[in-house]
Amino acid sequence: MPDLLEIRSLAKHFGGVVATDEVSLEVRAGEVHALIGPNGAGKTTLVAQISGSLAPDAGSIIFDGRDVTRLAQHQRVRAGLARSYQITSIFRRSSVIENLALAVQARSGSSLGFWQPVASESGLVDEARLIAAEIGLSDRADIAGGELAHGEQRALEMGLALATRPRLLLLDEPMAGMGPEESQRIIGLIERVRRSVSVVLVEHDMDAVFRLADRISVLVNGRVIATGVPDEIRANEEVRRAYLGDEALSA
Amino acid sequence: MNARAAALIAALAAAVAFPLAMQAADQLFFVGFASRVLIWAIAASSLNLVLGYGGMISFGHAAFVGTGAYVSGILIAGGVTSAWIGWPAAILASAVLALAIGAASLRTRGAYFIMITLAFAQMMYYLMNSMKAYGGDEGLSLTSRAALGFGLDLGNEVTFYYVVLAALCALLYATHRLAHARFGRVIAAIRENETRAEAIGFPVYRYKLICFVIAGAAGGLAGALLASHGKYVSPSLLHWTQSGTLMIMVILGGVGRLWGGALGAVLLLALEHLIAEHPIPWLLAIAPNYPQHANLGVGIVMLVIVLYAPQGLAGLVSRKRHA
Repeated sequence: MPDLLEIRSLAKHFGGVVATDEVSLEVRAGEVHALIGPNGAGKTTLVAQISGSLAPDAGSIIFDGRDVTRLAQHQRVRAGLARSYQITSIFRRSSVIENLALAVQARSGSSLGFWQPVASESGLVDEARLIAAEIGLSDRADIAGGELAHGEQRALEMGLALATRPRLLLLDEPMAGMGPEESQRIIGLIERVRRSVSVVLVEHDMDAVFRLADRISVLVNGRVIATGVPDEIRANEEVRRAYLGDEALSA
Repeated sequence: MNARAAALIAALAAAVAFPLAMQAADQLFFVGFASRVLIWAIAASSLNLVLGYGGMISFGHAAFVGTGAYVSGILIAGGVTSAWIGWPAAILASAVLALAIGAASLRTRGAYFIMITLAFAQMMYYLMNSMKAYGGDEGLSLTSRAALGFGLDLGNEVTFYYVVLAALCALLYATHRLAHARFGRVIAAIRENETRAEAIGFPVYRYKLICFVIAGAAGGLAGALLASHGKYVSPSLLHWTQSGTLMIMVILGGVGRLWGGALGAVLLLALEHLIAEHPIPWLLAIAPNYPQHANLGVGIVMLVIVLYAPQGLAGLVSRKRHA
């Protein structure tokens, strides 16, 4: 399979701290590529650089054969590169449908409309309803984002990224703060969307990671110490020492 | 007809009838005063576009009002009296200034944004102060108001009032349309969660800049009307305290509410007028100088509103209606 995303020698320093240390990795079209590593390994910093909210000091990011290193985040989103956040980032005062319709609006034509009411554009709401159904929030469509349960907010968080119709979805700890049942719901959702979208999955829940990932990269102190299929990662001595306890591997 | 439409029609009818009633009662002073209030309502409404709708705490809005006033005033002083040239020129000049100031200051956030907009506005203030050709710190007196043509004489207080009222209505209607259109949705989304707005693919900086420019342009119109109203422009229009006054109007009236700027301007200017011109006898006995310190009264009202009606007057009205 061709590479959808290719990261070459990416580097980022914060003062004296090396957050991203010569990271190179590839995400193939169609795969779920998990990014694991201990807290502070630089996973979120890496996601921020891929998505475009943080500029790297050096290195390049190639998306679908095109160098996007210098593109602004909104331009990368339009190119098909969308992210979700570890700390839920939704429009809390807007309803589920309004949240999703806004993301649909972002990719459907110019928003320099100053006169015609957006409510008259039924296409935006129709598509938002489809996405609400996809993320299992149809019956919560008119509830404000801020009033949803935590698990529902996490689903909406993913829904906002999905509504941009990405080709690569960057999921930063989609199961953060969730109980086992809620996690199952997100896992089910990722299993459904992976049929059409490639995924970079940052996650601490090893059950979910080993169940979903086609390949795994392990990040420690800003460096990728190993990339491979789940069995290779399980068997890797360095990964065991640096991150995975025996417990997690036998599970 | 719903309550909202009824209230709107009643308010409009009152606004239309007001100068006729004052004319009949031989109280033309109040027509001029009302025109001034309505012009400030336009200025405050334009600030509300950036401050309330856009969530950008701009502390330099007087620069756009002042620039509009100067451009219109300088044209009239130079013999170009047509409002059809002077007012669009004022709007355009303020829009261009807003583009320049916005392009630089919207790269910053929070307190830095407040400070940089303030700094730009003060630069404009000192620039106007030093323009000796246009009166310098003494300002520029005009021999006449702008000319509208069509047999309408803006020198007539009642005619002038109606023109200002029409401009305010046009601005409020345009703001209403804008808020419910695609652009308004994006601006609201940016105000609520800027990071997310960018992450779903909106060029946040560009939209904020456009909002800033629209607000600056509308501020320029208010300035042009002010210049004609008083037949005088002076650097004090651009002083930072004017930016502060506009902010107070928006906060009193309702941040991000359609009627916020207008209600705030009416409340503030009416309050100032009442305190200065109609002293309360018993209060005068205790504090003989109080009418000269209208700001104290304004401050107390501001405190009450911020504490008990943080949505401003407009919020108070709509809460009553919902209750």
